[in-house]
Amino acid sequence: MALKKFVVGCFEDEKVLFPAVAKVRKAGYKFHDIYTPFPVHGLDSAMGLRETSIHTAGFLYGLIGTTTAVTFMTWVFTKDWPVNIGGKPNFALPAWIPITFELTVLCAAVGMVLTFCYICQLAPFVKKHTFHARATDDLFVMVIECGEKTNEDELKALLTSVGAQEVNTQIAEEGWWIGRYDQEQALYKEPNIA
Amino acid sequence: MSKQQFEISAGYKKWTNALLGVGILTLVLGFIFLATSKDELNQTRFWAVLLQNSVFFLLVVNASMFFICATTLAMGGWQMAFRRVPEAISSVVPVFAVLALLVFLGIIFGHQHGIYHWLDKEHVEHDPILKGKSPFLNPTFFLTWTIISLFMWSWVGAKMRKLSSKADEKMDKEQSKKFIWTNTVWASIFIVFFALTVGSTIPWLWLMSIDAHWFSTMYSWYTLISSFVAGMSLVAIYVIYLKNQDYLEYVTEEHLHDIGKFMFAFSVFWTYLWYSQFMLIWYANIPEETIYFKPRMQGVYRGIFFLNLITNFAVPFLLLMRRGSKRNFTTVTFLAVLIILGHWVDFYQMVMPGTVHEHYTLGWFEFGILALYAGLIMFFVGRGLAKKPLVAKYHPFIKESTIHHT
Repeated sequence: MALKKFVVGCFEDEKVLFPAVAKVRKAGYKFHDIYTPFPVHGLDSAMGLRETSIHTAGFLYGLIGTTTAVTFMTWVFTKDWPVNIGGKPNFALPAWIPITFELTVLCAAVGMVLTFCYICQLAPFVKKHTFHARATDDLFVMVIECGEKTNEDELKALLTSVGAQEVNTQIAEEGWWIGRYDQEQALYKEPNIA
Repeated sequence: MSKQQFEISAGYKKWTNALLGVGILTLVLGFIFLATSKDELNQTRFWAVLLQNSVFFLLVVNASMFFICATTLAMGGWQMAFRRVPEAISSVVPVFAVLALLVFLGIIFGHQHGIYHWLDKEHVEHDPILKGKSPFLNPTFFLTWTIISLFMWSWVGAKMRKLSSKADEKMDKEQSKKFIWTNTVWASIFIVFFALTVGSTIPWLWLMSIDAHWFSTMYSWYTLISSFVAGMSLVAIYVIYLKNQDYLEYVTEEHLHDIGKFMFAFSVFWTYLWYSQFMLIWYANIPEETIYFKPRMQGVYRGIFFLNLITNFAVPFLLLMRRGSKRNFTTVTFLAVLIILGHWVDFYQMVMPGTVHEHYTLGWFEFGILALYAGLIMFFVGRGLAKKPLVAKYHPFIKESTIHHT
């Protein structure tokens, strides 16, 4: 639990958002995140985020699935319980491919979802601060983290000048907590407009 | 500003002429030493290689028109930045159709029953299986259906290309709507006919009837996807070539990424069909069915058979999986060439075991004819590209393509 200071700028339109992102980035501010109502193509590269490594993780999970399936079936059918099925060899690789494929896909898919949830800190009952209620509906919410040297007023002026409809400062919990929103009034109800 | 109009460069011309020269020389030598030789095996080799190449490359260039029609029906806009490239490739279809028809006429009227043993009437009389199939496998039906198919592919393809020229001039909203509608109608005609031919009957007639006693319900899909993935690779090669020559201003790595996805996905799909065909036959282990795989897996074709899986599945699967490699010009070019050659070998192992049996040679004649067809593709695609502006500037979907983002 660590409270931090954020400057929040809200944009009505994607078209305004993109040049704004470029300008804020050029000015050297640090994005906490940009909350959008829908996935916006190209926003990640505009923000300068590095490419996600979830693919690599997925490939590794897939490999784990493949290895598990092949080694387990090999062990069962050749060592533990060899059965003659239709005169086929005990090591009947073609017959195992569907299962190997399924296990590969299952491990990769489930592994990637869990990793994604872990990275985004998503889980049942886990709560995080919402910077603006309309961020899930129709508003593009740019959140900038304030460091020690950040000049808040300058930043706010910059955000207004690049087209933000609504600008405010919030002191909010950066991480997650378990509980209910209505019991965390200080964090939720009043956005601490300074 | 990129160049709008393709001009055949000196280097391109040099390569085309070199390949064509080698190819025509091989064809002439092949005709002298193989086709007119006393040895029946040499004759069979001559016709089998011509059959393999003419069918493979015809289906590959026709796959371009399939791609155009499929994306048209799906209301796809992203391909508009390079659509003139598959159009130019598909303009080779009439030429290759005539060549393929000549090969079929040569086989049928030359009574090459080393290729199609259902051509031997006396043999068919005493063979209950071939007799049962004779309403389908006979020269009259074979040639009629072949000619209808070749004509329809060429004609509807030409219609689609002609329609596309309209997008070079400004259209208003009503005209645009009508334009899209006409495109949709002709594309659906092509797709339906394509399913009736390449998706089912044509591979049965042209290729599966080499092993006339055997059949597989997966065969046509397998052939179709084999040629489609090679066709997409050919499109990729041309798009990269043109982009490197400073054409196709709207094409970015985003478009290449999507072409790469096609190459990746359909390589996997090809493997799926390969496996589905193989596994059921392997599992059931019925002699009438396993006869197809016996020479391929255990005979002299063993090497080619497994090489096929490496070049067409393992390598594209592992190398094209990464996002970065689908956006890299060098990797995509390398894999596109590999996939085309891989599927050429795939068609080789479909044709050869049933025709020349264990006496196969991958030698001067096979590679010479490959060079001939590569030269023909370069020659006619080059001419097709030079005919029209490379970007249909006023196509209603062009904007969608210029801002395309994956």
